[in-house]
Amino acid sequence: MICPGCGTANHPDAAYCNLCQKSFFPTGVSRFAGEATGGSPGPAAPVLRPVPMLSFYEAASRNVRMSRLLFLALFATFLAVGGGIGSAYGNVGYGVALALILYAILASTAYFTGSSLVLSIHGAREADPAIHRKLRNVVEEMSIASGIPMPRVYVMESRGMNAFAAGRRPEEALVAVTTGLLERVNREELQGVIAHEMAHIKSRDTLYNICAAVLVGSIALLADMFLRGAPFRGRGRSGGGGRGNAAFLVLGFFLAILAPIAAKILQMSISRQREYHADAVGAQFTRNPLGLAAALRKISQTGAEVPGENRGTQHLFIVNPLRHFGDDASALLSTHPSTALRIQRLNAMAGIAPAAVGS
Amino acid sequence: MSWIPAILAIVLVGWFVLTYNALVRLRNLFRNAWHQIDVQLRRRYDLIPNLVEVVKDYMSYEQETLTRVIEARGAAISAKGAAEQGKAENALTESLKSLFAVVERYPELKANQNVASLQEELTATENKISFARQFYNDSVMTYNNKIQSLPSNLIASVFDFSPAEYFEAGEESRGVPKADLR
Repeated sequence: MICPGCGTANHPDAAYCNLCQKSFFPTGVSRFAGEATGGSPGPAAPVLRPVPMLSFYEAASRNVRMSRLLFLALFATFLAVGGGIGSAYGNVGYGVALALILYAILASTAYFTGSSLVLSIHGAREADPAIHRKLRNVVEEMSIASGIPMPRVYVMESRGMNAFAAGRRPEEALVAVTTGLLERVNREELQGVIAHEMAHIKSRDTLYNICAAVLVGSIALLADMFLRGAPFRGRGRSGGGGRGNAAFLVLGFFLAILAPIAAKILQMSISRQREYHADAVGAQFTRNPLGLAAALRKISQTGAEVPGENRGTQHLFIVNPLRHFGDDASALLSTHPSTALRIQRLNAMAGIAPAAVGS
Repeated sequence: MSWIPAILAIVLVGWFVLTYNALVRLRNLFRNAWHQIDVQLRRRYDLIPNLVEVVKDYMSYEQETLTRVIEARGAAISAKGAAEQGKAENALTESLKSLFAVVERYPELKANQNVASLQEELTATENKISFARQFYNDSVMTYNNKIQSLPSNLIASVFDFSPAEYFEAGEESRGVPKADLR
């Protein structure tokens, strides 16, 4: 079926366009099996702008540049908050030093909390070589293609289709997939999913995420400390030093309220860049961007729920288990780009452009 | 200002050490990648006798296909030189493909648990061979980029880091389906 919106050729039985997710049926007819068909129209489809036709090498290095830039911006925000607090108390240097010490403490606690926690939250068991032979083989194939050691392999019992990778270093990494995913994908699609996870491992995205999350956490903590501490500050130093304090205080409040929000937005855009990056690097491993594209399509039609899903680990998965796929996921605060956008970029890597762009 | 030359010297020595070590690491990486291909090829040699053993009782009429697989395996093991071996490996891949095509025609073979798992192992091994070759070529590309681009090419040329050669797919495996005219 040719999509009337964007001109993409779809499977004849498709209920909605794979690329722009526009429903082929009048609103009120469900796109998802088992979903109540109420009168409300589905969530708005994301607007797809044309993407540059990049090879996976170019796409990956572009994502690396983007995420470095975003990370620098996040770190600058962090230092500015530290410095801002310091200046309110009379010394910028102390503020920055306090911020860095706080960061060091939080980062090392986060670093030494292992990945075993993630596994137990989602009820993952080590894959049995006798039962999950194909899965283990595909993981080994991808570890050869990526040149990193074979990670441990885990399986989560769930009807939803999802997967995640964890581990700070490639030597101690693991990948986990749901049984729902294993039942519904073919070998080529499984390769695409595993390659995406191996790409996360190879580019040490867990570490990236920890660093970004701890920065955001410290910024929030610093801002909180400032907001709580500021009202009492005047009483402590009575007498002189009144000049300019009012201006600093207003500026400080402004920073303390805005900085945590800005930091969160930066963190989420880093997360989305890392997803695009893992898609591109995974395509380099399989030399087949369309395998992952097909898997993402299936996931978006079936659902990505996992046992124990929660906001704390949502960013780890190949597709966010908590979001609906129709949501405009390039919105500022989402961990993943929308599936449609990811499929579009994967298609572009394979040299397939949307025939026309929906307005 | 006597510390300026000293700092320059330290920076230069530091750069030299880092670059030289990076070159050595990349060279060892692609050499190791080459041996990984051999590991997977050997695994395929080991799997084939098992498959033949399981399959041969069912396939009384297809002895010719089996013989071809066994002969291709022998030829691949005893092949000398990269070019000859490449050719023999491709012939082995082709003969395995035709064996799997035959297996598809025997329902009781397809249902056999042993055959299914051996088939999965061989498919995986075929994939591992091609991914190992791909990784070899990727490592060669990284290494060649390093020894040819500034400024690391200065060290590479002095210490004789020569460009590595890519693994080329044989003509048979280029994907052109060939009609059997012989």
